[in-house]
Amino acid sequence: MNVANLAPLAVVLPFLGAAMAFLLIRHSRSQRAVSIGTLSVTLLIEAFLLVDASARGTTAVFVGGWAAPFGITMVVDQFSALMLVVSSAVSLAVLIYATGQGMTDGDEDGPISIFHPTYLILVAGVSNAFLAGDLFNLYVGFEILLTSSYVLMTLGGTTPRIRAGVTYVVVSVVSSMLFLISIGMIYAATGTINMADLALKLADIDPATQMILHLMLLVAFGVKAAVFPLSFWLPDSYPTAPAPVTAVFAGLLTKVGVYAMVRTETLLFPGDRINTLLMVVAMLTMIVGILGALAQSDIKRMLSFTLVSHIGYMVFGLAISTVIGLGAAVYYVAHHIIVQTSLFLVTGLIERRGGTANMDRLGGLAKISPFLALLFFVPGMNLAGIPPFSGFLGKLGLLQAGVELGTPLAFVLVGASVTTSLLTLLVIARVWNRAFWRRPEDATHPDPILMSTAHDGSAATTSGKVTGHRTGKFAGRNAVDLLPRTMVGATAGLVLLGISLTVMGGPLFALSDNAAQQMLERTPYIDAVLGEGATEAAGATP
Amino acid sequence: MSVNITLLVIMAALFAAGIYLLLERSLTRVLLGLILVANGANMLLLAGGGPAGKAPLYSADIPAGDYSDPLPQALILTSIVISFAVTAFMLGIIYRSWVLGRQDEVQDDIEDRRVASQSSFDAEDDAEIPVETTEFTPVEEAEEAPGAQRGPSTRTTTRREKR
Repeated sequence: MNVANLAPLAVVLPFLGAAMAFLLIRHSRSQRAVSIGTLSVTLLIEAFLLVDASARGTTAVFVGGWAAPFGITMVVDQFSALMLVVSSAVSLAVLIYATGQGMTDGDEDGPISIFHPTYLILVAGVSNAFLAGDLFNLYVGFEILLTSSYVLMTLGGTTPRIRAGVTYVVVSVVSSMLFLISIGMIYAATGTINMADLALKLADIDPATQMILHLMLLVAFGVKAAVFPLSFWLPDSYPTAPAPVTAVFAGLLTKVGVYAMVRTETLLFPGDRINTLLMVVAMLTMIVGILGALAQSDIKRMLSFTLVSHIGYMVFGLAISTVIGLGAAVYYVAHHIIVQTSLFLVTGLIERRGGTANMDRLGGLAKISPFLALLFFVPGMNLAGIPPFSGFLGKLGLLQAGVELGTPLAFVLVGASVTTSLLTLLVIARVWNRAFWRRPEDATHPDPILMSTAHDGSAATTSGKVTGHRTGKFAGRNAVDLLPRTMVGATAGLVLLGISLTVMGGPLFALSDNAAQQMLERTPYIDAVLGEGATEAAGATP
Repeated sequence: MSVNITLLVIMAALFAAGIYLLLERSLTRVLLGLILVANGANMLLLAGGGPAGKAPLYSADIPAGDYSDPLPQALILTSIVISFAVTAFMLGIIYRSWVLGRQDEVQDDIEDRRVASQSSFDAEDDAEIPVETTEFTPVEEAEEAPGAQRGPSTRTTTRREKR
C-alpha cells in the first residue's frame, strides 16, 4: 500500500476529532480522551509519512481522483513531513498540558469546553497548510488555523484579551486579504494555482510582473511569520492569551508563515533576485526583536520578542539559499518550534507557582522548585544556542553557510546572528537571575506565595499544595495544586524532545539537508505532482 | 484578453474605500473596511477569470472556449464563506468590547506604553554601587545582620519610587 495516501488523514482526523469533541461538550472526561486520542493517532500517521518520505522522496496525493493541475493536490516531501511530525508532537504536548490545567482548576463548563474542538481545528488547519499543493488550499489552511486561533486568542472574552484579539484579528485578516489578492493576480497572470504548475509557468511571464507577484506573496507571508517590519502585532497580542494557547501559537503559527515563505522562495520564484532584501530583513528582524526583548520585564512579552528575533535566523537561512543554508534553516524551524513552545509552557508554570510572570516580582524559584528551574534552564540555554543543544547546531549550520557564501552582507549577517545569540543569552540570564536565583525578599512586591514557602521550610515541593491567602492570579482559592503533575510532565516531555534534537542531530541534519537539496532542485516536487518528465517537457531550467 | 472596465472601476473603488476605513480607529469602521476589501478581492478573482461565457456544464457540442471559467467562481464562493465567518466573529468581538468598556475604538497596549515610558536605567544592572544580590554571602555576616541583606533592596525600591 502506498503510505503517502494516508496524508489527507492528517487533516481529516483532527476535523473528525473536533466534531466528536464538540458533541461531547458536556462530558469533559470523554472529550479529553477523544482529543488526545485523535492527536496521538494523527502523530503516528505523520511519523509513517516522514519515514516514507525520507525513504522514497516526494509523493503527491490527488484528492478526489482529479489529476493535477485541476484537482486538489496534497504533497508530502521531507520538509512538509518533518514539519507535520514536529507540529503534531508539539500540539499533543500542549494539549496534555492544557488538559492538566483544566482538570486542576476545575473549569468543567463555561467557554473552556470549546477549547478542545477549536484546538483540534487549529491542528487540522496547520496540517492542511503544510500539505497544500496549491495556493488556494494553502489559503484555506491559513484561514482554518487563523479562524480557530481568533477563538482561542479571545477565550473567555476578558478585557485585555478582547483588546489584543482585535489587533490580532484585523492584522491577520488584512494579511489574508493580501494573500487572496495575490492569488487572484497570479491566476490572472498564469491561469493556474497549482504550485508545481506555477513553478513551470511563472518563469514565462514578464519579470516585472513576476516581481510584483513575488513581493505581494512575501508580504502576506511575512505578516504571518512576523518578520520585521511586519512583526509589530505579535508581542502585542500573544502574551494575553492563556499559557497553553500562547505556547502553541508561538510554536506553530509563525512557522506556517515561514514554511510558506520557503515554498515561495524555492518552488515558485527560484533565483536570487531578492536575496539581498531578505538578508537585510533577516538582520533587522534579529536585532530589533532581541532589543525589544531586552526592554521587557514580563516574561511572556520577553519571549514573544525573542520569537520575532529568532524568525530572523530562518529568513537568513532562506536568503542564503544554498543547500547547507536552507538545510540549517529547516533544522532551525524544527528546533525553534519545540524550544519556543517549551519556554512558554514553563512560563505558564512559573506564573502558577510565583503568582505572576513579571520577573521584577519573582524570586527564589530555584529553591522552591529545582525541577521547574531545570525545565526553564535547558530550553533557555537551547534558545541562546549554547552547545551541545540543538540551537547551537542550527546556528552553527547557518553561520557556516553564511561564511561559505562569503559576500560582505553575509558576513554582516553572521555578525548580527552571533550578537543576537549573545543578547538572547543575556535576556535568558536576566530571567534566570531574577526569577530563579535571587531571594524572594529582593524582588519588588513579591507575591506572598513566594515568601511564605521560602520561610516555613516547605521548599522543594514540586507539586505541593499550598494553603493561605494569595494575591496573584489564582487568588481566592484555598488549596491550589500549584504545579500539577500532568502540566509538569507535558513540559518535561517537550524539553526532552528538544534535547533529542541534539541526540538525533546527525540523521536530522542529513534529512534537512536532503529536504533542502530537493527543494532547491525543484524537479522532485514538480515531477511528483505533474508526473515524470514534466520539467523537461516544459523546458524549464531547474 | 479584453479587460472588463466596469469590474476594474468597482474593484478600485472598493479597495480605496476599504483601505480608507481600515485606517480609522473606530472598530465598526475597521470592520466595514475589511468587508469592502474582501469584496474587492472577490471582484479581482472574478476579473481574473476572463470574460463571461456559458455555464460550465459539459456538453459535447460546445467548444471549450465558450464556457466561463468555473475555478474563480469556486474560489470566490470559498472566500465569501470565509469572510462571512470572520465578519460574524468580528461583530462578536466589537459587541463584547462595547459591553466590557463602552469602547468602539482600537485600544492602546498599556504594557507597551509602560515599557516605552520607562527609563533605560535598571536598578539591578546599572546602579553605580553594585547592589548585592548574590546568594553566596559569608555565613557570619548573614547571621549577624539579616537586616543588612534587605538594606540594598529597600534602597532600590525608594530609588524607583523617586523616579
